Amino acid sequence: MGEKRITVVAGHYGAGKTNVAVSLALERAARGSVLVDLDTVNPYFRAADSAAELRAAGVRAIIPEFANTNVDIPTLPPEIASVFASGESVVFDVGGDDGAAALGVYRGDIESVGYEMLYVVNKYRPLISDPGDAVALMREIESYSRLRFTGIVNNSNLGAETTRFDVEASLPYAAEVSRLSGLPVVFTSVIGADRAPRSAGSVLVMAGHTKKLF
Amino acid sequence: MAKVLMKGNEAIAEAAIASGCLYYFGYPITPQTEISEYMAKRMPKVGGLCLQAESEIAAINMVLGASASGTRAMTSSSSPGISLKSEGISYLVGSDLPAVVVNVQRGGPGLGGIQPSQADYYQATKAYGHGDMHLIVLAPSTVQEMASLTGEAFDLADIYRTPVIILADGAIGQMMEPVDFSERRRREIPPKTWATCGHGGGRKHNIVNSLLMNPEDLENSIRDRFERYRKIEAEEVRYEEYMTEDADIVVVAFGIAARVCKSAVAAVRAEGIKAGLLRPITLWPFPSARILELADTAKAFLSVELSMGQMVSDVKLACECRRPVEFYGRTGGVIPAPGDVARKLAEMAREQM
Repeated sequence: MGEKRITVVAGHYGAGKTNVAVSLALERAARGSVLVDLDTVNPYFRAADSAAELRAAGVRAIIPEFANTNVDIPTLPPEIASVFASGESVVFDVGGDDGAAALGVYRGDIESVGYEMLYVVNKYRPLISDPGDAVALMREIESYSRLRFTGIVNNSNLGAETTRFDVEASLPYAAEVSRLSGLPVVFTSVIGADRAPRSAGSVLVMAGHTKKLF
Repeated sequence: MAKVLMKGNEAIAEAAIASGCLYYFGYPITPQTEISEYMAKRMPKVGGLCLQAESEIAAINMVLGASASGTRAMTSSSSPGISLKSEGISYLVGSDLPAVVVNVQRGGPGLGGIQPSQADYYQATKAYGHGDMHLIVLAPSTVQEMASLTGEAFDLADIYRTPVIILADGAIGQMMEPVDFSERRRREIPPKTWATCGHGGGRKHNIVNSLLMNPEDLENSIRDRFERYRKIEAEEVRYEEYMTEDADIVVVAFGIAARVCKSAVAAVRAEGIKAGLLRPITLWPFPSARILELADTAKAFLSVELSMGQMVSDVKLACECRRPVEFYGRTGGVIPAPGDVARKLAEMAREQM
């Protein structure tokens, strides 16, 4: 996974992009990685929640100054510009849906460095549970960001209630999104090895990175 | 329909559509904007209307108009926006119109903050508008309940001809959990003979209005409404209990605070402290009778809220000073951790020995 130096993680909000992005950055920590929290939409649950964990693992975490505060204004830290000049492996965690507009700011730099852009899907999210709707949103996000997706990540889950069977039941869905879009399913991602589907090709087993309130 | 994974805000929107709500009028504000976003995407597909009004005040008055025509209508906002709607809410009450109003609370006063809060409890249960009035106030504590109570809210609104408030908080609005939309029982809805929906000269025309010319007529209309309120108090109180049977300390909490408290109760039980949780689902009518019953067996009550202490006064009133009622809370957008509540419970248990 991750031949290109820049990996952009984007998709429908609530599909699980942040957990995938944080997990990829942690996986690449040994090689020197950066996680860029580019979410200008989500007020609460976001990569900024994992900043301490990322930094402890040696990942450079670039977090908007006002994330998780009461400042309800999107900001992009100037530090982001540094990732295009450094040799690190960069993961962009992009805001959902039209939140991808923030990505367009860096389009020229991202294209010149070379990138892969992963479209995270979750069959159990109602607005993209139809493969046709999922691909329509994919095209919208491409027009917001002015970048093209290169692959699909099947992150289908029902939160804490997810079973291996739920993940296995999502494989035909991911295959249909792949067929309609003409892009490969790069991997299936699950929280916890017990949920890993049998015979799903490449699987990314992740830890849960969503902030726990109770 | 199989289970889906949703944000609490989305669950409210989808449940409203599933309940036959065809008119949504809103104005964006964090942390409830997903309701508007979801409605904007889904309403056109079901033949309904999602309209972003020019202000919160416009939105609530559009709800009044839509409701007067006999359709199901909803608006939503977060704390500061709800304050703007309060005049319209009072007009809905005075016009005996059903409506569903969602408040996904954030920190106040003023512009306050965008993090979760429960500090609009007094506003919701005592004074959402001017005049002699009550509103049914429902407090969901899971994403599933965001859906089921929204359906329930539309039914209650139509049955009792009153606005119903969903008093949620930013945490439940933003967090994601699985939801099943096939569960809810539907209630029988009386025909809307009062609606101003056109009749082709077939009957006397209906008037929807909150202005009555004679004080005696106004008094009578208010007394009639209060008869309905007595019926709501007798028949619609809802709450959930967790380990209260033998509890020495009964925690009272709603919404996200109840989720935190449930974990705290389980934790202190493991240490031999007999705690339990009473979670009001209806904040008005308040489960006062059940709290008074629990005062027979409990030694003390603890109200836990995301505020400086508001519901605590209703708990005190309910138990009629027979037991001490303490308070623990965080405010301004801070959510207490289960450990914080557990420490407070341990402290109370030590005092009882």
